[in-house]
Amino acid sequence: MPLLTLLWAVPLAGAILLLLIPGGGDEPARPADDHELRASRGPRDGLFRWLALAISLVVFALTLLLWARFDSGSADFQFIERASWIPAFGIDYYVGVDGISLLLIVLTGFLTPVALLSSWAGVTRKIKEFSIFVLALEAAMIGVFVSLDLFLFYVFWDAMLIPMYFLIGIWGYDQRIYAALKFMLYTMAGSVLMLVAILGLAYLHSEATGSYTFDLLKLYTLQIAPETQRWFFLAFTLAFAIKVPIFPFHTWLPDAHVQAPTAGSVILAGVLLKMGTYGLVRFAFPLFPQAAAEFAPWLAMLAVVGIIYGALVAMVQPDMKKLVAYSSVSHLGFVVLGICAMNVTAVQGAVYQMLAHGVSTGGLFFVVGMLSDRRHTRLISEFGGLKGVVPRLTAAFLIITLASIGMPGLNGFIGEFLILIGAFQWDPRYVVVAGLGVILSSVYLLWMMQRVYYGKVTKVENAHMPDVTAREWAGLAPLCVMALLMGILPALFMRPMEPAVRRMVDRVQAVSPQRVETRVQTDVQH
Amino acid sequence: MFSTDLGAITPMLCVTLAALGTMGYEAFRKPGEKMPVGVFGVIGLIGAGFGTAFLWNRNTESLGVIVADNFALFITMTLVVVGILTIMFSSQALNGDHFPKGEYYTLLLFSIVGMMMMASANDLLVVFIALEVLSLAVYVLTGIRRDNPKGTEAAFKYFLLGAFSSAFFLYGIAFTYGITGSTRLTAVGSYLSAQALAGNPLVLIALGLLLVGFAFKISAVPFHMWTPDAYEGAPAIVTGFMSTGVKAAAFAAFARVFLSSFEPFKGDWAPIVAALAALTMILGTVVGVAQSNLKRMLAYSSIAHGGYLLVGLVAANQVGKAAILFYLLGYSVTNLAAFGVIALLGARDREADELRDFTGLWNSHPALAALMTVSLLSLGGLPPTVGFIGKWYIFSAAVSAGYYWLAIIGVLTSVVSVFFYLRVVVMMYMAERTTAPVPTKVTAVGMGALVLSIVAIFYLGILPAPVMNYAAESIATIF
Repeated sequence: MPLLTLLWAVPLAGAILLLLIPGGGDEPARPADDHELRASRGPRDGLFRWLALAISLVVFALTLLLWARFDSGSADFQFIERASWIPAFGIDYYVGVDGISLLLIVLTGFLTPVALLSSWAGVTRKIKEFSIFVLALEAAMIGVFVSLDLFLFYVFWDAMLIPMYFLIGIWGYDQRIYAALKFMLYTMAGSVLMLVAILGLAYLHSEATGSYTFDLLKLYTLQIAPETQRWFFLAFTLAFAIKVPIFPFHTWLPDAHVQAPTAGSVILAGVLLKMGTYGLVRFAFPLFPQAAAEFAPWLAMLAVVGIIYGALVAMVQPDMKKLVAYSSVSHLGFVVLGICAMNVTAVQGAVYQMLAHGVSTGGLFFVVGMLSDRRHTRLISEFGGLKGVVPRLTAAFLIITLASIGMPGLNGFIGEFLILIGAFQWDPRYVVVAGLGVILSSVYLLWMMQRVYYGKVTKVENAHMPDVTAREWAGLAPLCVMALLMGILPALFMRPMEPAVRRMVDRVQAVSPQRVETRVQTDVQH
Repeated sequence: MFSTDLGAITPMLCVTLAALGTMGYEAFRKPGEKMPVGVFGVIGLIGAGFGTAFLWNRNTESLGVIVADNFALFITMTLVVVGILTIMFSSQALNGDHFPKGEYYTLLLFSIVGMMMMASANDLLVVFIALEVLSLAVYVLTGIRRDNPKGTEAAFKYFLLGAFSSAFFLYGIAFTYGITGSTRLTAVGSYLSAQALAGNPLVLIALGLLLVGFAFKISAVPFHMWTPDAYEGAPAIVTGFMSTGVKAAAFAAFARVFLSSFEPFKGDWAPIVAALAALTMILGTVVGVAQSNLKRMLAYSSIAHGGYLLVGLVAANQVGKAAILFYLLGYSVTNLAAFGVIALLGARDREADELRDFTGLWNSHPALAALMTVSLLSLGGLPPTVGFIGKWYIFSAAVSAGYYWLAIIGVLTSVVSVFFYLRVVVMMYMAERTTAPVPTKVTAVGMGALVLSIVAIFYLGILPAPVMNYAAESIATIF
């Protein structure tokens, strides 16, 4: 069974299926304050919602099947499918997963139904189109993670922008058009330079061997002159840095997050941002190891600045969504730091933190979206004392918040801890500063928690508010369970990724002599 | 020296017959009699398509000056596609605009003949004649709405500047003849490569004059001034036709003359063409951002696309030459689809060519909005459309020829261009309509053309290999 093809083809086919079902569409526009918690209006809206949810659940089941069949002991790419696509340029349809991409695919499968559930109440217009775009987005995201051909990767990478652009632009809040455009142009500007570098790589390969190829594994073995490596590394890294986003390329993120509908935010924070860090691990570092070794300290410095900067800016945000958006900048700084350290511990921590951040920040956007659905505002000052009004929501919010802070026993702790250990072996100076970020993250998140849920009810509107509905539990409960599970049983998630991480780290370190020392240390440890 | 074999001109002959047919039909029809004139044209073009397919790989030559090598045939096929789509899209506009139908189709078909001839000509003078045949027809088409002052102004401007550029071109031919003693491209090429003429000022003058002539026709900056006005003034579908067909034909001749006859002087012209390409890409996109009239915006976009094609010409390796052909085909289909939507939306008295006419199109015409979006995304070079593959092809040619800087300018300008394509998308999907929508009923033929072009956009964007192979074969026979 071509499992990997199915993984992206099923959501795409689902999107096309929805497109072909008539209905939906032509509702007249309604005033902006009409986002009530109520059943959908269009004649077939229910059908579209449930069908989309069902399709995304099927995809999730497929990702679990993939995990079940995955051989955790192997560092090789598995489930490989290969077919010639554009032979003149050596472009293949070439897909496969290893331990690094496997779990990110599962995360994508996990978060998409959650995202659909999160916008059940918030999105009331054009349900059909909304579902189509979410499914198309899922297809493209999975495509990015499974591609082993750089051309194929780039196709998915760029195609992904289109549905996200529409999701933000059509179903977003007041400034949505600006935010959507900014998101699109910013990410495209980064990725087109990567396109030139990809073309350059293929050309170098044809110079060296006489044939074009975009095969990642062949390109890994290509010897590239240091000067060229530097340029190509910068082009790749710029694309990924914008996506992550690494400070100072983060300015699109708060806009996109704040304006996006909840589903958009969940997917954006949960999966899309990981594309950047995944790209660093999969492409930028192993393809250009020497340049990576050269630039790693600089990149790590930006990451650390991002950790502190994101945390400080998050602290002063009056808007909850913006706060969570800046917390992403901070948390992903840790991931980048782990990747720059480039030893097994740190990279494992980085990949783990990607997954953990996907769950916990996805969760944060989910609960903030719930409050926003109820009160049509996301300003912290509009809330207060909700603990007595919505106790269940408070509990869920607390779990997710603690997970995001990195409390031991929850998912955020493992990743950050490993990253800090690994980075310490590399260069303790970064860790000293990054450690502050851990403290700051508990400051801004707990402070938000306190202002929203504790104290007295200060606003009349807050006195009565529906607690978590069954539909919301369906999305929220898996997030909370996952946060706990990842905190208690990290080995479950570590085991499949370890061989792949080890091989990747070896590949990068093999060619950068200045890292040998750290390498010996990590090997002793394992 | 004349071979009597007429095989190579079969495609042109088919279209000419169709044109004569429409002319006769128009002359003898009773007043008020309705008839599907366009069908003649489609039949002629299909005949030309079959002729082209038959001639493939045969490398025939007629009358000593028309060659049907694969390069010419690929362009001819592109022109057949352009012609058929144009006629299908015209069906709607013709009903609305009270066009003189017979004249319209006749001129359209004759200009296609000129284009085909231009792509297959093996002699500078024949290139010139072909250029005049197609230009004269297109000048008239531009001003075919006689009651429309904008159209008349556009036609006049286009005519004056076009005549001006023809003079440059002709002067270039004269110089070439003076130096080499021939206008036959092969003879010119062998003379230039045999004699040590490097740095000869006369050759450089000839080269410069020919370059100016071509640059006018493909509207390369700084010879683009006529383009926005002509494109805005002409009826939408004529603009679509001009921006694709004329460009394809002119590029074919440009590539043939510069990459075969003047190949020995590549060191002299390549830097100039590279500069033109960079300027064209930058100016086309930057000025395009400021436009609020959709036809004007697409005019600047087509200028920018000319810049991308020039990049392929500069790279001038095997990849680059094939990339030009592939890009021309993809760009033609995409651009025609975009103009087709404008033409289909046009009302009886005025065209829907302002940005605000597209407000809320998603609600009034969801299918048209979706198809317009696809063609705009393809123009912007986003996967999985042909626009992406075309750009990728061009830039990979540039990179493998060492022109990294051109590739970088190219990709960055395409990001800027996405900005203005998305403005239309924003209008269609994200803005609320305040006035009543233009009441338009889209004809089945027009819709069919649109669906065909969208299928082509996706097909060439997802499975480009077969057509790429044809493009590669096309350039294998010459150059």
